[in-house]
Amino acid sequence: MIPELGHFALILALCLALAQGILPLIGAQRGNLALMALARPAAQGQFVFIAVSFLCLTYSFIVNDFSVLYVASNSNTALPLEYRVSAVWGAHEGSLLLWACILSVWTLAVTVFSRSLPQVMIARVIAVMGLISVGFLLFMLVTSNPFDRLFPAALEGRDLNPLLQDPGLIFHPPMLYMGYVGFSVAFAFAIAALIGGHLDATWARWSRPWTVVSWACLTAGIALGSWWAYNELGWGGWWFWDPVENASFLPWLVGTALIHSLAVTEKRGAFKPWTVLLAIFAFSLSLLGTFLVRSGVLVSVHAFATDPGRGVFILAFLVIVIGSSLALYAWRAPTVKSGGSFSGFSRESLLLINNVILMVTAFSVLLGTLYPLILDALNLGKISVGPPYFASVFVPLMLPLAVLIGIGPLTRWKQDDASSVLRRAVPYLFTAIVVSLAALYTLTDHVSLLTGLSTVIGVWVIISAVRDLIARARKGQRLPRAFIGMSLAHFGVGMFILGVTLTGAYNIEKDLRMDVGTEVTIAGYTFTFDGVTEVQGPNYVASQGALHVTRDGKPIATLHPEKRTYRVQTMPMTDSAIDVGLFRDLYVSLGEPVDNGAWSVRVYYKPFIRWIWAGSLLMALGGLFAASDRRYFIAVRKREDVPNAAPARA
Amino acid sequence: MTPKRKQRLLFVGLIVLGIGAAVALALTAFQENLLYFYTPTQVANGEAPQGRAFRVGGLVEAGSVTRESDGLTVRFTVTDTAKSIPITYVGILPDLFREGQGIVAMGKLDANNLFVADEVLAKHDENYMPPEVGDAIKKAGMHVKPEGKP
Repeated sequence: MIPELGHFALILALCLALAQGILPLIGAQRGNLALMALARPAAQGQFVFIAVSFLCLTYSFIVNDFSVLYVASNSNTALPLEYRVSAVWGAHEGSLLLWACILSVWTLAVTVFSRSLPQVMIARVIAVMGLISVGFLLFMLVTSNPFDRLFPAALEGRDLNPLLQDPGLIFHPPMLYMGYVGFSVAFAFAIAALIGGHLDATWARWSRPWTVVSWACLTAGIALGSWWAYNELGWGGWWFWDPVENASFLPWLVGTALIHSLAVTEKRGAFKPWTVLLAIFAFSLSLLGTFLVRSGVLVSVHAFATDPGRGVFILAFLVIVIGSSLALYAWRAPTVKSGGSFSGFSRESLLLINNVILMVTAFSVLLGTLYPLILDALNLGKISVGPPYFASVFVPLMLPLAVLIGIGPLTRWKQDDASSVLRRAVPYLFTAIVVSLAALYTLTDHVSLLTGLSTVIGVWVIISAVRDLIARARKGQRLPRAFIGMSLAHFGVGMFILGVTLTGAYNIEKDLRMDVGTEVTIAGYTFTFDGVTEVQGPNYVASQGALHVTRDGKPIATLHPEKRTYRVQTMPMTDSAIDVGLFRDLYVSLGEPVDNGAWSVRVYYKPFIRWIWAGSLLMALGGLFAASDRRYFIAVRKREDVPNAAPARA
Repeated sequence: MTPKRKQRLLFVGLIVLGIGAAVALALTAFQENLLYFYTPTQVANGEAPQGRAFRVGGLVEAGSVTRESDGLTVRFTVTDTAKSIPITYVGILPDLFREGQGIVAMGKLDANNLFVADEVLAKHDENYMPPEVGDAIKKAGMHVKPEGKP
C-alpha cells in the first residue's frame, strides 16, 4: 500500500509540475496575473507530493519491504538502519528520486525567498524549474520507477553494495545533488531573463546568492566524495580523474567561472551575455554529468546502445534543454547591451582572465572525459585517457589562476595602474617566498622546482586573503559578509594548493610483506605488525589486523585495518585504518594473506592531506557566508515597502 | 590608434596567446597519454607496441597465479579464450582479483615480450565483466567461427 501511495504521489507531482511549467509561462506572456499566480502554489504542492513519495520509499527501506524490487535489490535485514536510509539513494532509481526531491526543495526555496521579485520574473523562473522537473519525473515514471513491485516478494534483500556502506555515502550524494540541481536556479533565472529581455544588474543580484549557495554545496559534495574515496577504496588516493569524478568537477569549474562573472555583472553591468551563457553551461554540464553517470554509457557505450531506454531518454532531454536554451540565447543575446566599459588593466579584465582559464580547463577536462566515449561509440577503437593527461593540463593552468587571486582584490574596478598594483603586491610575494622556503627547509631536504613554486603560490594566496581582510578592516568600515566570505574561500584555495602539493611531493607509500613482529620505519614512524584476528560485523566477517605505531620509542597509535567479506554479496572489501593528524595521516590497509600469518600490507605516510579537504570546506563555508550578505536582503526589504510596485511592472 | 585602444588590443592579444598556449599544451599532453587497448590475441600476434604503455584485458586463467615469497610479486596469465599472455605485477592487487575474474592491466611489454603491469584493475562487482574484456572474448570467439580451423 505504502509503495503505491508513493507511486501515486509521484504521478500527482508530475501533473502539478506540468501545470507549474506551462501555465505561468503563458500567463507571463499574456500579462495574465491569475495564471502567473499559479506558479507558487503549484511548486509548493509539487514539493509536498515529491516529499511524500520520498518518505514512502524511505519507509519501505526502514521496514524491509522486499516486495519492492528496488528495496530488495539494495537492502538487507542485517543492514544497519543508517545505511538502510542512505540506501534510498544508493542506486539508480532512488538517486533520481533524490534529484527530483532536491529540485523541488530548491523550487520551494525560490517561492519563499523571492517575494520581492517582479511577478513576471518569478513566474517564469518557477515555470522553467517546473519544466525541468517534468523531465525528471517523466524519466522516473517511464523508465526507472523506484516503486516497482517484485512478485513474489523476496525473503531477503540482496544488500547494499559494500563500497557504499560508509558514512561518506550518507552525505556525499545529497550534498553533490544540492550543488548540481542548485545550478538549475541560476539557469532558470537566466532563461527567464532571456525570455523577458530584462538583463540588468538586478538580475545578477537576484541570481547571485542562489548560484553561490549551490556552488558551495557542490564544493562540499565533491570534497566529501574525495574523502570517501580516500577512506574506502584502500589506495590512499584522493582524486583519480575518473569520468564519474570529472562529471561532477565540470559543473564546478564552470560554476566557479559563473560566480566570478556574476560579480562583474552585478557591480559593473559588464559581461552580461557571457554570464547568461555561463549559467546555461553550468546547468547543462550538471545534466551531462547526470547523463554520464545514470545512463550507463561509462560502463559501456555498447551496453547503452543495446538497452537504450534510459540513456536515450536522458540524452533526448539533454538535447532539448541545451538546444532550446542555446537557441533562445542566440535569438535574444544580440539585443543585450554589455554595459560597463573597462580598461586593459582593471579588476574586470583580471576576472575575465579568470573566466578564460577556468573555461579552458573545463574544456580540457571535457575533452579527456568524452573523447574515449565518442571513439568507442563510433567503433574507432578503445582508448582511455590516463590521469597524467589531466594533471599535466590542470596544474599549469591553475597556478597562474592562483597567482591572480592575490592580485585581483588589490586591483580597482574599471581602471587601475598595473605598476602601482604590482608595487603593492611585491612585499607580500616576498613574504610568501621567505615563509615557503623556511617551511620547506624545516620539513624536507629536497625540493623540486614545481613543488617550490606551488608552495610559494599556495602561501601567497593565503597571505593575500589575510592581507585583504586586514586592509579592509583597518579602513574602519564594517566588513561586508560577502567580503569575508570571499577571503575565507580564497584562504581555502591556498590551503588546498598546499595540501595537494605537499601530499603529492612528500607522501611515502610502501607495499610490503609483514610477518607478525615485522617492523618498518617511514618518515620517522615505526609500524609493527601484531598479526590478524577474525571479527564479526553486523553483515560481514573481517580479518582485522593490528599495527602499533611508535615514534622515537613513544607510542603514537594502534591501527586496525580490516579485510571484510560481506555475507550477502560475498565480496571482499578493504577497510583502511588511518591515524589522522593536522600535518600528516598514517594510513595502513591490508592486502592479502601470504603464508604463516604474514600479510601483504600497505603502509602510507601522507603529509598535509587533511589540508585538501579542510581547504575545500573553507571554500564552501566562504560561499555560504558570502551568500548571507545583507545586501541581498536589503534589496528585499526595500521592495516590500512598495507592495504594488511588482504587479505594476507586469 | 588611441593609447586606450592599444592597451585593449594588447590585452586581447595576450588572452588569445594564452588560450593558444593552453590548447597546445592540452593537445600534446592528450597525445602522450592516450592509452590504447589490446586483446591478448593482438598482443600474442605482436600487434601491440614495444616500449609504449597500453592496456590489455582478459580473464585471469585458472591455476596461473603464482606469488613469490616477498608476497608482492605476482605472475599470472590473462586470456580472451583464444590466446593468453603472461603478466607480472609487483604490489597489492585489488580486492576482486581472482582466478576466472575479468581484469584490465595497464603497463608495457619488456624486452622478452613479458607484460609488466603498473596497475591492475578489477571492478567492484563480482559479476562484473570489464566491457573491453567482454568484447575481447566475443571477438576471439568470432575469429574462431568464421575462419574455422586455422
